[in-house]
This record gives sequence, structure tokens and C-alpha cells, in this order.
Amino acid sequence: MNSVEISHLRKDFGRFTAVADLSFTVKQGEVLGFLGPNGAGKSTTMKMITGFLTPTAGTAKICGFDILSQPIDAKKKIGYLPEGAPAYPDMNPEDFLNFIAEIRGLQGDIKRKRVREVIEKVNLGNVAHQSIDTLSKGYKRRVGLAQAILHDPDVLILDEPTDGLDPNQKHEVRTLIKNMAKEKVIILSTHILEEVNAVCTRAIIIANGKIVADGTPEQLEAKSPQKRLDDVFRSMTM
Amino acid sequence: MDNINIIFKRELNGYFSTPIAYVFIVIFLLLSGVFTFHLGGFFGRGQADLQAFFTFHPWLYLFLIPALSMRLWAEERKSGSIELILTLPISITDAVLGKFLAAWAFTGIALALTFPMWITVNYLGSPDNMVIVAGYIGSLLMAGGFLAMGSSISALTKNQVIAFIISVVVCLMFILSGLPMVLDFFNGWASQTIVDVISSFSFLTHFNAMSKGVIDLRDLVYFISLMAFWLFANIVFIEMKKAD
Repeated sequence: MNSVEISHLRKDFGRFTAVADLSFTVKQGEVLGFLGPNGAGKSTTMKMITGFLTPTAGTAKICGFDILSQPIDAKKKIGYLPEGAPAYPDMNPEDFLNFIAEIRGLQGDIKRKRVREVIEKVNLGNVAHQSIDTLSKGYKRRVGLAQAILHDPDVLILDEPTDGLDPNQKHEVRTLIKNMAKEKVIILSTHILEEVNAVCTRAIIIANGKIVADGTPEQLEAKSPQKRLDDVFRSMTM
Repeated sequence: MDNINIIFKRELNGYFSTPIAYVFIVIFLLLSGVFTFHLGGFFGRGQADLQAFFTFHPWLYLFLIPALSMRLWAEERKSGSIELILTLPISITDAVLGKFLAAWAFTGIALALTFPMWITVNYLGSPDNMVIVAGYIGSLLMAGGFLAMGSSISALTKNQVIAFIISVVVCLMFILSGLPMVLDFFNGWASQTIVDVISSFSFLTHFNAMSKGVIDLRDLVYFISLMAFWLFANIVFIEMKKAD
């Protein structure tokens, strides 16, 4: 059973505590929406779960592999879309995805097939041979997404996957996420509250590095008299 | 090993998919020609060797290698792709070695393209070709030393200009410490041991021997341990400063 277990995760930058003692577990089939105002610690948490940042204390277990003591095994299980979807701007999407595929251990026909599938899945076909720095924001985001799902990972961690996309593209990405949800653990961060209703089975609201609410979108909405997630978000994070 | 190879290939292709490769190679060939024939007095010396060519390599590398190495890590940090590469299932060591080896192979290509020089000297006279081979090996090793330093300094900053300037200064120190001018300054008051230590850190001391055809184990050990030390520092710097 795939899972992400986060226990007592903490990150200090000098005197500033970005994430304070965060613990939660996400199981297969869950799509966890990670909500919070800017600077709440969402990205920092994701950077620690994916092994980019070393936590000040605590750890995360990815499908049983500890990200601190078994980083390579844990990273193999993860597909990660970092904030801003960084890539190598001088490459084109196809070469870039081939590079990622090789690092992910895919070879030969399997690699080619998989890269082709993913390009089709995120609709990159018409820009596959254009260098990444000439692509629009939406296409760059899709390159990042393609890179994250390339090896069909058990755990998907997406930092603002729909940021900068137009409404149609948002819809496509959400459909893509929903279709993958069953056999994966998915954690995504977002500012967009409607996204939580659209794709998430569970939402965690964090503020100042702490969890202030955890439940299904319906449970969270129920906390406000008007049954609106916006109000809950405001009242919890202000 | 596989991972190093994959990173290596991507990086090396990267040089040739941007103008960097062509600009670097053209400038390198142009300057090495100018130095050899004008400053080095290749024809005037009337000797069938490539001393005039190799003598200027430390000075050529002083500016060209930092220009190549400055982007190695600074650019990854600036664009955020460092987050991508360090969350892939590879170790930092793989990434550092892959990038370094690609940059080194690239300077190797530039160096190999100076072959007309070799042909010229063989056409004009009958040089000792083994001496020339030793000179090329020495030059390549020295380029590796400069690159390892530059790569590690590039890991400390997001700013390529800063990486360039600091690398030039550090490389300059490693060249100057072998010049008589600097050694004379220490000769006055420091003990012979200290003077020897300072001069033994210099690229010049080790490279000059090789460019004259002497491949001494000590010189090889020097360049290889220098690279190992700076690459290790590179790994430590990335581990420490990756998120800043």
C-alpha cells in the first residue's frame, strides 16, 4: 500500500520557523490539497518531503522509505513538480523528457513509448521540438507535469500544478489528476479554493507552519455558516 | 556510473546547443594562435617544439576556464533546476561529477582542435612528439584543476558574474604562487620549507615540467588530488547551500 507518512517535520531558517512540527499521513487513493496563504510553509514542506531540503527535525516516509536515510529509494517513488516548473531552457520538451526518463531508469523502446504517451497526455505534441525557453507559461507547466508523471510514480507531489494555466488547461490537468488518483498518493498545493472541491478528497490548511484544519472539503465547508471554503480559509489563516 | 553518464551526455550536448561552445572554441583557438606566434615567437625561436604554445596555457585558462565553469551550478540555482535535479533519484556526487566531466571533456575538445599547431611544427621540423604529448596531457590536467575550482566556486552563488570573478582570483593565486616574483618576496624572511610549499601549490611549477616532456608521478598526483579536493568541496557546498 502506497503512503506518505510525515512525522514531526520542522524547518527553521535562522530564527524563523517555516514549518513547525507537522505530522500527517496520506494514503493511496487520497488527493490531498495543501492550502495556506503565501509563506505558510507549503512549498517548504514539499521540498522536505521530496528530499531537496533537509528538515531541522522530523522526517517523511515515502512508501516505507525514509527520505533522510534512504533518499534514492524514496525519490524513485516520487514524481515532483517543483514551484515554477523548472526545466533546462535550452532543451526541447522531447529531449528533456528523454533525459528525465533515462535518469528514471527507462531505456530503449519502453523509454520512447513512455515519453510519447506522456507528451500526448499533457498535449505537448505541437511544441515537442521547440526549445523550452520559447514556450508559454502554460506549456512550461505542462512540461513540468509531464516530467513528474513520466515514470508512473506511486507518489505525486505537485506544487501549484495549475498556476498560470488558462481555464481549459486547468480543466485538463484536473481531469488528469483525477484519473490517476486511484492508484497513487497525490499531494498538491494550491491557492485556488475551487480546485479543492474539484479534485481533492481531503484538504489540510496550514498557517505559520502549523496545521489549522484537516478534513474532507465538505467537512471544512461545514465549519462556516455559509458553507463556503473561502470563509473557512479566511477565518483560519488570518 | 549510469547516472554520471546520463548527466554527462546532457551537459555536453548542452554546450553545443547554445552558442557557448562555438564562442569558446573560436576564442580559445584565436588566442592560443596569437600567443604562440606573437608573444611566444614561435618562428623566431627556430626550435621544433611547442614550448611557445604551451607556455601561455596557464594564462589562457585563467580567463577562459572560469568563463566556462561560472555557469555550472550558478545557473542551476538561478533557474531553479537544481531543485529538479536534486530531487531525481541520483546522488549529489553523480551530478557534480557528471557536470564536471562534461566541462572537462569540452575543454579537451577545444584543446584537441589546436592540432594544426602540432601539424605545423611537424611540417617545419622534426620535434620530439612525446614531449608534445606530455605537454597536451599536462595542459588537460591543468584545465581540469581550474575547472574543479571554478565548478566549486560556482556552487556558492546564484550570480555567474560573481562566480567568474572569484574563480579568476583563486585561479590567479594558484598560478602566481610559482612565479619568482612572488617566491622572492617570501625568500627574504620565510624558511625554505615554506617557500617550497608555496611554490609546490602552483600550477606553473607542475605544468612547466610536463610541458617540457617530463611526466613525474608527483605532478600527476598534484593535479589529481587538486581536482579531487575541489570536487569534494563542490559536493559539500551544494549540500550546504542548495536551498539558499
